[in-house]
Amino acid sequence: MNFLQSSVGRKVLMAITGQLMVLFVVVHLLGNSTIFIGLINSYAEHLHSLGPFVWVFRLALLAMVLIHAYYGIQVTLENRAATPQKYAVNRQLKVSLAGSSMIWTGLTLACFIVYHLCHFTARLTSDVAGFAGQVPGDVYRMLVTSFSHGLTVFVYVAAMVALCFHLFHGIQSFFQTMGWNSECSLPLFSKLGKVVAVIVLIGYGSIPVAILAGILS
Amino acid sequence: MSSHNEHKTMTLTLIVWRQKNATAQGKFDTYTAKGITEHHSFLEMLDVVNEDLIKGGKEPIMFDHDCREGICGMCSQVVNGVPHGGQERTTVCQLHMRKFKDGDTIYIEPWRARAFPIVRDLIVDRSALDTIIQAGGYTSCHTGGVPDGNAILVSKPDADYAMDAAECIGCGACAAACPNSAAMLFTSAKVAQLAALPQGKPEAAVRVKKMLDAHKECGFGNCSNHYECQAACPKGINVKFIAKLNREYLKAHLG
Repeated sequence: MNFLQSSVGRKVLMAITGQLMVLFVVVHLLGNSTIFIGLINSYAEHLHSLGPFVWVFRLALLAMVLIHAYYGIQVTLENRAATPQKYAVNRQLKVSLAGSSMIWTGLTLACFIVYHLCHFTARLTSDVAGFAGQVPGDVYRMLVTSFSHGLTVFVYVAAMVALCFHLFHGIQSFFQTMGWNSECSLPLFSKLGKVVAVIVLIGYGSIPVAILAGILS
Repeated sequence: MSSHNEHKTMTLTLIVWRQKNATAQGKFDTYTAKGITEHHSFLEMLDVVNEDLIKGGKEPIMFDHDCREGICGMCSQVVNGVPHGGQERTTVCQLHMRKFKDGDTIYIEPWRARAFPIVRDLIVDRSALDTIIQAGGYTSCHTGGVPDGNAILVSKPDADYAMDAAECIGCGACAAACPNSAAMLFTSAKVAQLAALPQGKPEAAVRVKKMLDAHKECGFGNCSNHYECQAACPKGINVKFIAKLNREYLKAHLG
């Protein structure tokens, strides 16, 4: 059986693509946080000045999302087939809500990525229609306009809660899958993963909430 | 001198999975276990119930058992939703009725996984675990004269590590507890035990691949790092062995 069919091989691919996306999420958060020091427009201009590299980066990210989602769905379907009959009583000692909801938080995030790209990258939604065609344009004004709507803020915060859940299980899972765990490191990586997940939630969530609350205007 | 407690008995309600054979439709039946003392083991409690059933001309509840000492790995029952009943490092044969209270209702189910077809009632066919072992759980030895006792040196940490993995009794609780029905803790314990010792090194790369292939072909699911297996394992096998298995697999492919 080759690497791409084997249980561990696919798990390793999911772990690596997942972890690279976590790195992207952290870098993206650092970039977005420039809004609090009033530098988001110059940050956006700087990014766009990279030209073709932006597209190389975008395609690489797309490949990671597709690989991660493809194997995630495939493995989940296999796992369901391996457990045709459920227990009448099932008391789980260790399985976490974050762990057992990976497929659902993952699919939620896939939908969110599509929406987020249509929203702030392609600017197809009505609230940001005025900013369409400007590359990158006044990003600060676009964010403030968009996040003045409670529903948009709710969607973004909800997606970040899903991401936080996904990373709660996902980050520690990476270290186990790569075989870098020992008895001592497992609880440490588990804590590290949870800390990063919460930082990501607070970091990303704070931007729309701050705009809705009028702290950024 | 007998204490007051020894005379106290419990009456319990058992809700037990009954199934005639692998293809028959199974269902839960309810039984009353009377005259159970705190000194009965879980299996002895079932013996008491079965005696009554046999006296009444009914089919006894079929279950697997052998040593009743917690070392053979035969007993395979999910008690109230946890394989082996959820007492730390305890097989169901070593679970005692003092853990239950008079009037308790107890659900008893067989291991449920596609790779473990039900033979009858609480008995499942666990030969998939043997298939995994046959795929690679061996070492090659030269025949001939007895080798010198000190010819192959094994360091104490390596010996301890291998012994920790070798504690696995192959009961299948890891797969029964796993939400994906993966027997990865079992497979990893066997892979890690042999890979840690010099005698197991020559086949290490082939072994991990073959055993993982067999694991998949037997119909077990994939490990997704929930660690439910470690919590349910009656021998406390650590999930660090699954990390070791992953490492061995990557080494076999990239090394």
